[in-house]
Amino acid sequence: MDIVVENLTKVYGMQRAVDNISFRVNTGEVLGFLGPNGAGKTTTMKAITTYLIPTEGNIWVGEYSIYEQPEEIKKRIGYLPESNPLYQDMPVIDYLKFVGELQGISSAKIKDRIREMVIVCGLEGEKHKKISELSKGYRQRVGLAQALIHDPDVLILDEPTAGLDPNQIVEIRELIKKIGKQKTVILSSHILAEVEATCDRIMIINKGKIVADGTSDDLRKRAQGKEILKVTIEEADTDTIFEKLKELPTVELVDILNKAKNSFEVQSKHDDSSRRHIFNLCVKNGWILTELTSLETKLEDVFRELTYN
Amino acid sequence: MRQIWIITKRELQSFFDSLTAYIMLIAFLGFSGLFTWLYGSDIFFTKQASLQTFFGVSYWTLFFFIPALTMRQFAEENKTGTIELLLTRPVTDWQVIFGKFLATLLLIAIALVFTLPYYITVAKLGNIDHGATIMGYIGLLFISATYISIGLFASSISNNQIVGFLLALAIGILFHFVFGFLSMASSGFVSEVLYFLSLGAHFESISRGVVDSKDIIYFISIIFLSFVGTEAILQKNRT
Repeated sequence: MDIVVENLTKVYGMQRAVDNISFRVNTGEVLGFLGPNGAGKTTTMKAITTYLIPTEGNIWVGEYSIYEQPEEIKKRIGYLPESNPLYQDMPVIDYLKFVGELQGISSAKIKDRIREMVIVCGLEGEKHKKISELSKGYRQRVGLAQALIHDPDVLILDEPTAGLDPNQIVEIRELIKKIGKQKTVILSSHILAEVEATCDRIMIINKGKIVADGTSDDLRKRAQGKEILKVTIEEADTDTIFEKLKELPTVELVDILNKAKNSFEVQSKHDDSSRRHIFNLCVKNGWILTELTSLETKLEDVFRELTYN
Repeated sequence: MRQIWIITKRELQSFFDSLTAYIMLIAFLGFSGLFTWLYGSDIFFTKQASLQTFFGVSYWTLFFFIPALTMRQFAEENKTGTIELLLTRPVTDWQVIFGKFLATLLLIAIALVFTLPYYITVAKLGNIDHGATIMGYIGLLFISATYISIGLFASSISNNQIVGFLLALAIGILFHFVFGFLSMASSGFVSEVLYFLSLGAHFESISRGVVDSKDIIYFISIIFLSFVGTEAILQKNRT
């Protein structure tokens, strides 16, 4: 099921939490929402789940609008809110049964679904415990289980790996990836590595507006169109190399990274590559080139560049 | 209907799991039993085969007990945020409100069923007016439903249970005393209107065995208005 957000605006008092954003998420796509705190990620997600009523704009989930057929959307959506609220006084199994019944799973199937969720989310040892007795990581798993129990077409996960240990994080990421193949998934996070690892597409939101949208490669390219190389040359004078590198026609900037090892950072002019020139320069002068690697722009840098002001 | 019942089941389960239900049942039966049989103007004192005393005591006991039951029902969900998960399920606000309402009403009905031995005993002791007694029970159910709907409304307003409890009592007192006093203090048409708004007058006529459509309309209007208010608050929290 596709999600289409049209000119969504949400105003709290004087503040525009979400400011006229539009985007589309296709079936089988895992979209990662990135953004600093208070950027409008959670507000947008809550509006898609039909919980928050937008100030302006419309959202379509499949053919259903949040205004016209919220009940139809609610049947097809699985939602894990940021704070992962759960009925503390209920045992895990009872809670999953309650959720499953509300989501309209038939009584014939409900036991199987609960069993499956307990296995998928790794709750086997905890299923008879009260939710208040569980650790944060297990509660998060219960949160995921309740979001997945009715096998929804659309999954909205607000910081799904918060509070999990590194092993669990990897497991949950795998799970999301697996699920994401047939479903539409939107997840938010401020862990960049996580979004990069799980999402097909990344959307960066800042101050209620979309500032970037694309695959992680797209974003890198857009932020830094210039090639940056790390060059190490042995058995030569640092200053001479520095001068010669600067003279190359494609080079814009040279930085000495490590004087003792003769390492340099070479930034090329826009849309140009200096690799050939550097290689030829070394051959001409009889220098030994021991390292020539391109430094990737890290997603962190992209993120900072787009959201820092 | 199915959705309402699922919510009702969970709410009832929660009453019994948290011991609230047992405490409420024991305290209610204790109070009403004490005043009906042993203390004050009890049955042996009045020497009448009637449950008037019991209805009078229950009327007041429920006034305090019901807000204690309902105070949690929305305030807790608002506080922990579970209301968000509940309302993003395929249920309407009305189904949630009605489900919670029904759970508390069922608990009160269970408590009233446990007082049926009083009825049977008194009926053995003398000539009881069966019609009046049955109407008395129905009156208690209507009064309870009214208190519950007010209690749910009060609970939905904040995420603090104590606020929910006190506000429910305050609204209850308004209907019990304030309208009554004002009615006595004023005269003519205004007095009549205020008297009509007063809760006690309507319960009294029902518990005497007089069924008047005016009383039924009165109770149902308060319940309906409380539901509308609760729904408005649930909606407001989402904007």
